[in-house]
Amino acid sequence: MVNVEFCSIIYTYVQREKGRKMKNHHAGNVHPTNSGAEKRPSEKPVSRLKKCLFRLHGIRLPHKKHTANCAPERLPVPASVTIPMSMHIGKPARITIAKGEDVKVGQLIGEADGFVSSNIHASVSGEVRQIGEMLNAHGQRVPCVVIASDGKQEKYEKLTPPQVKDFDSFVKAVKESGVVGLGGAGFPSFVKLNVYNLSAVEAVVINAAECEPYITSDTRTMIDKSEYVFKGIEAVRRFMGVKRFIIGIENNKQQAIEQMQALAAKTEGVEVHVLPALYPQGGEKVLVYHTMGRVIPKGGLPLDVGVVVINVTTLAFIAEYLETGMPLVEKCLTVDGSAVNTPKNVIVPIGMSIRDVIEAAGGLKSEPSKVLYGGPMMGITVPSMDEPVLKNTNALIFMDEQEAAPPKTTACIGCGACAAHCPFRLDPRAIAKAYQLGDGAALKTLCVDLCMECGCCSYVCPAHRPLVQTNILGKSRLKEYLFSQQAQQKEETKARQRKDRQEKQEKQEKEGRK
Amino acid sequence: MSQLISSVSPHFFSRRTTRTIMLDVIIALMPAAIASVIHFGWRSLLVIGVCVASCVLSEFLFEKLCKRENTIGDLSAIVTGLLLAYNLPVTIPLWQAVFGSVVAVIVVKQLFGGIGQNFANPAVTARIVMMTAFSGSMTHWVYGGNAWVSDTVSSATPLAAAAKGSVDFMPSYLDLFLGRHAGCLGETCALALLLGGVYLLVRRVITWHAPVCFVGMVALMSLLCGKDVLYQLLSGGLLLGAIFMATDYATTPSTKWGKVIFGCGCGLITVLIRFWGNLPEGVSFSILIMNIFTPYITKLTRSKPLTGGVKPS
Repeated sequence: MVNVEFCSIIYTYVQREKGRKMKNHHAGNVHPTNSGAEKRPSEKPVSRLKKCLFRLHGIRLPHKKHTANCAPERLPVPASVTIPMSMHIGKPARITIAKGEDVKVGQLIGEADGFVSSNIHASVSGEVRQIGEMLNAHGQRVPCVVIASDGKQEKYEKLTPPQVKDFDSFVKAVKESGVVGLGGAGFPSFVKLNVYNLSAVEAVVINAAECEPYITSDTRTMIDKSEYVFKGIEAVRRFMGVKRFIIGIENNKQQAIEQMQALAAKTEGVEVHVLPALYPQGGEKVLVYHTMGRVIPKGGLPLDVGVVVINVTTLAFIAEYLETGMPLVEKCLTVDGSAVNTPKNVIVPIGMSIRDVIEAAGGLKSEPSKVLYGGPMMGITVPSMDEPVLKNTNALIFMDEQEAAPPKTTACIGCGACAAHCPFRLDPRAIAKAYQLGDGAALKTLCVDLCMECGCCSYVCPAHRPLVQTNILGKSRLKEYLFSQQAQQKEETKARQRKDRQEKQEKQEKEGRK
Repeated sequence: MSQLISSVSPHFFSRRTTRTIMLDVIIALMPAAIASVIHFGWRSLLVIGVCVASCVLSEFLFEKLCKRENTIGDLSAIVTGLLLAYNLPVTIPLWQAVFGSVVAVIVVKQLFGGIGQNFANPAVTARIVMMTAFSGSMTHWVYGGNAWVSDTVSSATPLAAAAKGSVDFMPSYLDLFLGRHAGCLGETCALALLLGGVYLLVRRVITWHAPVCFVGMVALMSLLCGKDVLYQLLSGGLLLGAIFMATDYATTPSTKWGKVIFGCGCGLITVLIRFWGNLPEGVSFSILIMNIFTPYITKLTRSKPLTGGVKPS
């Protein structure tokens, strides 16, 4: 599902990158700060009053943050890890090692392949047991590397803190660290930070909203690694020249807010915005609206309104990497849900199987009926317990039979709750109707492609209708429609040209005869 | 190892269902039922019981007949039955009440496809049908006394009295507020209806837009026409209609501004009928007329997607 959502974003990035290469080619390669001669028109911010009066809609969820006070616990190293080459959005990485080789923690095993891709490193020391394919949670076959651990967790000798002097080396370092959006999106961070026009970046919004129920891994980052968050801010300030930083936190994380505020008071240009706990506060567009008062245009990026949004854990990790040189090989995640014995936060090597994680983390109360990567609102169901922990896994939720039971769908009663809670003011009921009728034009005017699949509409629907699902289907229906329209237009222009040519020829022939 | 369920997010749902919403409406209607028993005696309970039972039964039988899924569990038939009973005089012959219930549930609701598909409010439409079919018994108003005996002295409703200009029938404001006057079962006691309305607002089943605009419009127009504003607000079916019928999900607009337009339109039509029409009361007609406009109002007032100024691709 997330893949569908981000396809368009990748497209936007790739198109921009192409444009940028063209420009650089013409102007001769110059420093990115100076290359952007024309500044993108950043939108006029919404006034504070208007922002107060017209807050984006959302829903109040039960927070279920049981693990907010659990300091992460490091689990013992598993016997083997399975590391897929696709833990990010974009092209899978290219495997750089062979079967039977010995690897150490932090050694590169997969190299970024293509523009939107990411490096992948060994998370345990040991022998490469197998190089094969696996089925991931999206149902795709992806190449993977299985490493049998020797239990020693020896560090790769060649790891040294990166030499970062300027913007380009900073982006390169971020790329080498293998970091992706750790909030769950898994978008390669270096692509996001590799801003084409640095002078257009007015502020960096640090996403610490963590609006999903259960998950507390970002909260723990803010509490346990607060100094790294601010070191990350310093690094971004130094290498990207951004002056304004906004940390957006939901008001249900008191301890994290206090720590961030205490540190922000000592640092210039850092604001902590305490936001109401209103899901989906952590959605990029919602967060930018509530912190900066700007609306990211449809199909655009935060950069279009002069903002870069980065997850707090991602930022802290970048700072840590700049200090230690250890790439992204382990992940702090929340283990919770109704089927879990003891909810807790754990630190595990990437690639550890879910079965190993839950066994080491205290086991299950009952047989789980549903296991999720991420939170219950946007998480992805896991097809089997053998699936590994990924880079962008911030929680594993184990639901028992009762919690996982799908609700009974009844007839729509027309209450309008779906539209009243949509942060982007879409009308899921009308979209569902247009989808069922196969009406592409209506889907276009209803802006179904704006939907970020946050799930508010499905959550509030008293008839429990599958509204997000019809939105997703509606999006692909809209794409088909637009595609067919383009094809039709092309055909029409071709036909017209052919007709014109024929007419011309006939005229010429006539004139020739005369 | 059992199979794991794979599904699209979200995996987490609100506890509110159609059933809980309808239960809230039933709870909100209870004070008015109690008031009706106090004012009209135990026969009102019989009328309510007959209406509710025949609504539920006709929904059940119709769905059995059409081999549709049984939906009496969502409690909406009970709400329809209650609302219909509240719109009838206490002296109504029981077979007529049954007839009204059948019209409400089968003709208005089920024939259009069941819950959520009907374009008009079932209770309101059934009341109008009954008004036309049984105009005698539908306007046989009594207050107090023994409603079981059919030859009770009939009295006029406050609105009819005001229309005729007869001063001796006009009750005081306090009587109007507490419901000590003749009228339909559930519409007389403003206090009970307001209690129910507050409950629905607190439970967020309804929003304030439609009722406030409805009542506000009637008040404004009464003021402009030089009528007694408070008297107009407290008498007739205005509060019952504004709180419980102009807020029905299926037949009223679902957008905020749509509700405002709906409420204002209802208020305007009510006033037109009350002041210049042949009938003393126009609430049910106003709601029915505005029901017909509902799809257009919803479409007109649909919120604009937050595209940041970008036109649809």
